[in-house]
Amino acid sequence: MKNFKLVYTIGVILLAVLLTLGIASLVLAVLGADVLKTFWVIFCYPFTSFKNLSGVINIMTPLTLVGIGICVAYRSGIMNIGGEGQMLIGLLCAIVFALYSGIEGPLSIPLIMLVGMAGGAVWGFFPGILKSKFGVSELLSTVMFNYIATQLYAYCLRVPLLDPAVAGGAGDPQTVKLAESQWLPRINEVIENVPKGTRFHIGILIAIALAVVVYLFMWKTPVGFKMRAAGASDRAARYGGISVSAYLVLAMIISGACCGLAGTVEILGVHHRGLGNCTGGYGFSGIVVALFGGLHPLGVIPAAFFFALISYGCSALQINKIPVPSNMIDVLLGLMIMVIVAAKLIIANPYLMDHVQHTVTKLINKKEGGADA
Amino acid sequence: MANPITSLRIEHITKRFPGIVACSDISLSVGKGEVLALVGENGAGKTTLMNILMGLYTPDEGKIYINNKEVVFKSPSDAFACGIGMVHQQYMLVPNLTVTENVALGMRQMMDGRDGDTTLDKFKRAVKLDLASVRRHIVAISEHYGLSVDPDAYIWQLSVGEQQRVELVKTLCFGAKFLILDEPTSALTPQETDELIELLRRMSHELSIIFISHKLAEVKALSNKVAILRGGKLVFRGNTADHSAADIAALMTGHQVYLPVNQSSKAPGKPMLEVHDLFVRGDRGNMALNKLNLTVRAGEIVGLAGVSGNGQRELAEALTGLRAIESGEVSLDGVSLVGRTPKQIIAQGMGYVPEERNIEGIVPSMSIRENLVLKDIGKPPYSTVGVISNARISANAEKMREEFDIRCSGVNVAAGSLSGGNIQKVILAREISRGPKFLIAVYPIRGLDLGAAEFIHKQLLALRDSGVGILLISEELEEVINLSDRIAVIFKGQIQRTLGRGEATQRKLGMMMAGVKEI
Repeated sequence: MKNFKLVYTIGVILLAVLLTLGIASLVLAVLGADVLKTFWVIFCYPFTSFKNLSGVINIMTPLTLVGIGICVAYRSGIMNIGGEGQMLIGLLCAIVFALYSGIEGPLSIPLIMLVGMAGGAVWGFFPGILKSKFGVSELLSTVMFNYIATQLYAYCLRVPLLDPAVAGGAGDPQTVKLAESQWLPRINEVIENVPKGTRFHIGILIAIALAVVVYLFMWKTPVGFKMRAAGASDRAARYGGISVSAYLVLAMIISGACCGLAGTVEILGVHHRGLGNCTGGYGFSGIVVALFGGLHPLGVIPAAFFFALISYGCSALQINKIPVPSNMIDVLLGLMIMVIVAAKLIIANPYLMDHVQHTVTKLINKKEGGADA
Repeated sequence: MANPITSLRIEHITKRFPGIVACSDISLSVGKGEVLALVGENGAGKTTLMNILMGLYTPDEGKIYINNKEVVFKSPSDAFACGIGMVHQQYMLVPNLTVTENVALGMRQMMDGRDGDTTLDKFKRAVKLDLASVRRHIVAISEHYGLSVDPDAYIWQLSVGEQQRVELVKTLCFGAKFLILDEPTSALTPQETDELIELLRRMSHELSIIFISHKLAEVKALSNKVAILRGGKLVFRGNTADHSAADIAALMTGHQVYLPVNQSSKAPGKPMLEVHDLFVRGDRGNMALNKLNLTVRAGEIVGLAGVSGNGQRELAEALTGLRAIESGEVSLDGVSLVGRTPKQIIAQGMGYVPEERNIEGIVPSMSIRENLVLKDIGKPPYSTVGVISNARISANAEKMREEFDIRCSGVNVAAGSLSGGNIQKVILAREISRGPKFLIAVYPIRGLDLGAAEFIHKQLLALRDSGVGILLISEELEEVINLSDRIAVIFKGQIQRTLGRGEATQRKLGMMMAGVKEI
């Protein structure tokens, strides 16, 4: 039974997949949908065309960026629930800068991104300093800062930044479009032989590069080491001469900057203007992605891809004329995530594995004994 | 209520955990009125075995017999029902409830019906908390066994020794006929220990007792039988009276143990740590240190004896910059430490072996090799131009593992997964290898087995001989007397008196720790 661990892990994963499919099938059957076709749309349809795949990757990009930010904060001992607010403030700053600085051209893109990161960093800094100076729970402060950011953004969208074209009209509030030279280049403009006609932008390259940079920072530099030590045990870190409160604030600044960048990339790459719902809730789903990716910047990449795949697939159900109400899509998505997280916990529990191994060994021995007799 | 337990027998108990066999084929028996001492090093399987007896774990193999009848414990309540009661090392009491309320918390009988109860009686019992009857029960038990306990006192008002008596009364109130005590004396003063042993000896006329201990003097004083576990196996079983403490120690560790004694006559050097009129606040805002004065010279071990809670923790934290100094002066090698950050004080040459080694001395989830460079990660050779050198960190870890006999499956495993003794070796390795000018060691061998304690004491003495000043904070008088050049007794945040090595006896120190100034 040397390979028991491998067999066990695969077994648990298979079981989890079967369980998910089972429950989901039941739900779909009750709704009267074609079960097999639904699964095909969720898991395979995104791969059927380049357009679909680029849709997946465009969702994956902000999820990766937010996920990285959450990892940094979590590893440093602070739970950042404020990704949504940091995204909003980041993209708001980026839009204001893009529209009013008068700087255009390719050089403006990194500048706008830096401004967006700074915006998110400021929005992360406040909960960080509140926690380190006054012990205010970050769960409370980041959520409150989300509310502030949401309302502030809604105000800016409707009053100072409102597109004159929709002013007084019935349309949804939005800002003026950014200059075309400020948009993130499409992949097909950078790499040859990539099919044209999709919104596939280069943000994913930025996200992957950032994941690598953050990984190197957290695991290969003394500052990252100290942040991780502070996160793993603040008492031991303080004992070791590490200024826990300073690194906590730094972690929130970095985390906020990542989320701010996520918002900015979303604007520069996809929307090209400020809209009512341009964060797509990624500030929250990024938390799930981070946990799912083992709270490791590199683990976030596949986690974000998988998450994006399911969300794209689910959102494509209606186009494929599958009679599943859009609310049920969220149910399916939630169900899958829950089972996956549960499976991860089960795999990580050595006691349970040991127990199963003994039971299995006993059963096998019994069978052999029975055969002998 | 359960019948009296006249005999308890366990046969061929085996319990496996992932990767290890915690108990392997252990058989023991305890008869009526017997006291069995269960000794062994940390990780020998004592606690696992007792947890099996308590129904917390089910054994993989083996059987338990009570009064020659096989019993199976699926949960602690099954063990309770058979009359087995355990007093854990950490007391399970709610500080802001009274003794009576604490006992009532776990008491089943209040709810259970009696014969002849009407439904109304049962209902009344279920909704009304009958504290008066619990109180009567406590008084009866405490009179019967001569266990003085004030049923109306709040737990937070009681000393550690009194809290332990409450635990005993609580266990007895639940109907225990058989007591298991897990290191009952580890937090007690010498006087309290003597009282407890006397009390247990009286109780053993009516009850059977198993007690787990590291301290061989107690084993000799209290038990009639002794069982020694090593590496999950029972290596010895016999009558206590037939064997000397040294024999038992040798069986426990597998080799002869000589706890080292400070016999050096080398004169200490210049004053290294100087503390003048130090005032420091405790967690509750009280003055934990109240005009404390202390000097420790280079090449000298000063033992700070005292019952815990008299300002030891606050002193150690104030000296290392982890706690703010209210007023007073502290200097290390002539440089003032007041208002400095922990980082600056570490740079000044202060080493610190903290009280809570598992959560403060190491980052439990980080690897051994990372913990060994916790204080030096930002400096060469472990990092240059802002990049960590994993090769040098690993090389350092392998060297420390060798030198300090850190027993682990590899230096990449999480430090928190090590045993207490090995964690302490990691901490000591880090602190000593940094070449400190001064070392503060707080309860350095608390909870460690003899083998590890011997090693750590040798290291401390070697460090002293190399000219480092050491402040040894401890409650264990034997440790203090063995190692110290001078012994200071702390009481209520002040140094009661300082004695030379020759003057100090356990009795004298014990009385001074209790607040008696002149003897």
